[in-house]
Amino acid sequence: MYLLILWLPLLGSIFAGFLGRFLGHKGSSIISVICVFLSMFLSFVAFYEVGLMGLNQYITLSPWIEVGILKISWSFLFDSLTVTMLVVITVISSLVHLYSLEYMQNDPHLPRFMSFLEIFTFFMLILVTADNLVQMFVGWEGVGLASYLLINFWFTRLAANQSAIKALVVNRIGDFGLSLGILTVFYIFQSVDYLTIFSLSPLFSVYYLNFGGIYIPGLTLVGIFLFIGAVGKSAQLGLHTWLPDAMEGPTPVSALIHAATMVTAGVFLLIRFSPLIEFSCTVLNVLVIFGSLTAFFAGMSGVFQNDLKRVIAYSTCSQLGYMVFACGISCYNVSMFHLANHAFFKALLFLSAGSVIHALANEQDMRRMGSLVKFLPLTYSLMLVGSFALAGFPFLTGFYSKDFILELAQVALNNNLQSMQGAFACWLGNLSVFFTAFYSFRLIYLTFINSTNATRQSILKSHEPSLLMLTPLVILGFGSIFIGYLGKDLFIGLGTDFWKSSIVILPLNSYFIEAEWISINLKWLPFLLSALGIVLATIINTSKTHLYLYNTFYRSLCFLVSKKWYWDILYNRFFVYPILNFGYLVSFKNLDRGFIELMGPYGFSKLIPTWSQLLSKLQTGQLSHYLFFVVLGICLFLMIIFNQTPLLVFYSVLLFFI
Amino acid sequence: MLVFINSTNPSILLFLISVLGIFLNQKNILVMLMSLEMMFLSVSFNLIFASIYLDDVTGQIFSLLILTVAAAESSIGLAILVIYYRIRNVITVELMHLMKG
Repeated sequence: MYLLILWLPLLGSIFAGFLGRFLGHKGSSIISVICVFLSMFLSFVAFYEVGLMGLNQYITLSPWIEVGILKISWSFLFDSLTVTMLVVITVISSLVHLYSLEYMQNDPHLPRFMSFLEIFTFFMLILVTADNLVQMFVGWEGVGLASYLLINFWFTRLAANQSAIKALVVNRIGDFGLSLGILTVFYIFQSVDYLTIFSLSPLFSVYYLNFGGIYIPGLTLVGIFLFIGAVGKSAQLGLHTWLPDAMEGPTPVSALIHAATMVTAGVFLLIRFSPLIEFSCTVLNVLVIFGSLTAFFAGMSGVFQNDLKRVIAYSTCSQLGYMVFACGISCYNVSMFHLANHAFFKALLFLSAGSVIHALANEQDMRRMGSLVKFLPLTYSLMLVGSFALAGFPFLTGFYSKDFILELAQVALNNNLQSMQGAFACWLGNLSVFFTAFYSFRLIYLTFINSTNATRQSILKSHEPSLLMLTPLVILGFGSIFIGYLGKDLFIGLGTDFWKSSIVILPLNSYFIEAEWISINLKWLPFLLSALGIVLATIINTSKTHLYLYNTFYRSLCFLVSKKWYWDILYNRFFVYPILNFGYLVSFKNLDRGFIELMGPYGFSKLIPTWSQLLSKLQTGQLSHYLFFVVLGICLFLMIIFNQTPLLVFYSVLLFFI
Repeated sequence: MLVFINSTNPSILLFLISVLGIFLNQKNILVMLMSLEMMFLSVSFNLIFASIYLDDVTGQIFSLLILTVAAAESSIGLAILVIYYRIRNVITVELMHLMKG
């Protein structure tokens, strides 16, 4: 049954991909949807058995690589962490499958789309169920590949091609870090199995790698490499540029990639490796700094975006920042809880955005929408639920995880142990709560409530989607309301034994109890900030404040943020173009086609005719010249015979220069 | 030893003079041929001196052979020269550059 969870999506992918032209649209849709739904039900069973009943499963299929002490097998590990991810992935994936049946119904390549969605799900499942690093890497790369295929689904569009390549290449930078991490793990532990590594990691907490006389703590190095991998996949600050561009794919793809699966892989990696990075203070600090910066930066960028999907993409980036800095303050279970909750309301937001885009005939610019509340009341209410959940409105899903993360950050700020990074996380996290609420409600106002800017025709044609698209939305809406409340005690309740050994938190770093007893004002703070954001969005959108905002400073700030802080331009100017130029001018023109050619075939083909011409010019036709050479030759010959080597060398050098 | 060097010195000097004669002469092919003859002469001198010094007749036999060879060669060379002159009407060495590389 456990393996069936994995094989079913693969089966569906193979059927829809290879037999799509025989099965037709309907056949391939039915097969893929049935496969992924079965997989979802089986993963519910797995969640019951592993998560609730506490029966961890270890399945070994077959040996894969056995070289010396390196033994890698195809084997699967189902513990609490894995089954939580399984449920999240399969639920979101099934709903996205169902949703895209109608969303993509007029697309001629529906079987291919279904196949790609299924293969994405399959690789994601491989990633989370693997019990060694190499098998996890298979899933990791497979997810990257599937994201390439999906973003590039409309392959005739230039922008889609570019962003797919960008996504793949930027991800590959992180993958490089991850592969270095795998090699380092093998070097230190002589094994890549999770269980071996995790049980040995306390012993290696004082292990130092001697790197040319410099001693590097081994676990820190591994943690940094894993973090680089997570930066690429989870779009943390630095490698985040691919995520907003990946919106070129169809909307269900964005929901799948950015809500539930791909971007969570990086956070999942950090949570999975909690027994390892928990022993390295440096890595935890790096996580906190990068995570909180990402949360803040993406939140602020999201405020000034005008593309419906891009706003939600930045919000994903921001929430991933929350998850990463929650890992950094050693609250892996809270991070995981936020991951699961976020999957539900972000999928809801994306799919509702898809519904809006669908209703307006592929219009994505929020400035050309408005007053859709009258035409899409159900989508509006669902999107409102999603936005409230995202903003952490009390008693919705986001509240239970996000506010708890912020409370833990407050503990990190207000205790006297590690003030610096805790303060960083706390300030930036709280500020981004404000931005989150602001851009969510800016989106709501611009899309649904303000007076419309859309054309008359598109407004008249706009309609609620049919039941096939609404069902997943409604399910996700219920999920966004109730999952947090239902899961709170299980995942992050005081003294819950749900996680067992899948997450390790050192008692030194644990602040759960303190978080329950921080002062009441601090507990109110996130709610007040998000309420402030909502109120501000309301004021700006209902009154004529824009009249007062036409000053140059504000406009230049808006421009800066709306251009994503010029990250892309800076990257292009200082990294991409120099590297491309280097590749063309130095590697290709100067080395490959220049120097090496010159030393190789091209150079010889030029050199030998020159020399032969030179030699044939020596034969001038003058008898006296010939005589000169004859005598010279006799002299050389005599020199050789009488072994006057230095003289010989001298004369030959002389001759060469003549 | 002293006697040998004293006797061979003039002949080697003669050889070098003839080599220089061939070398430095740019125009007249007759002078070249004469220098060639002089070379043969110096070589024969050397052989004769050596045969006297070593008290061995082989050197003299060789020098006789060289004498005949030199005679035959100069006759053939002069014949070629005559034929060449008949065709080209000029025997200046500088202008003989038909065998340019």
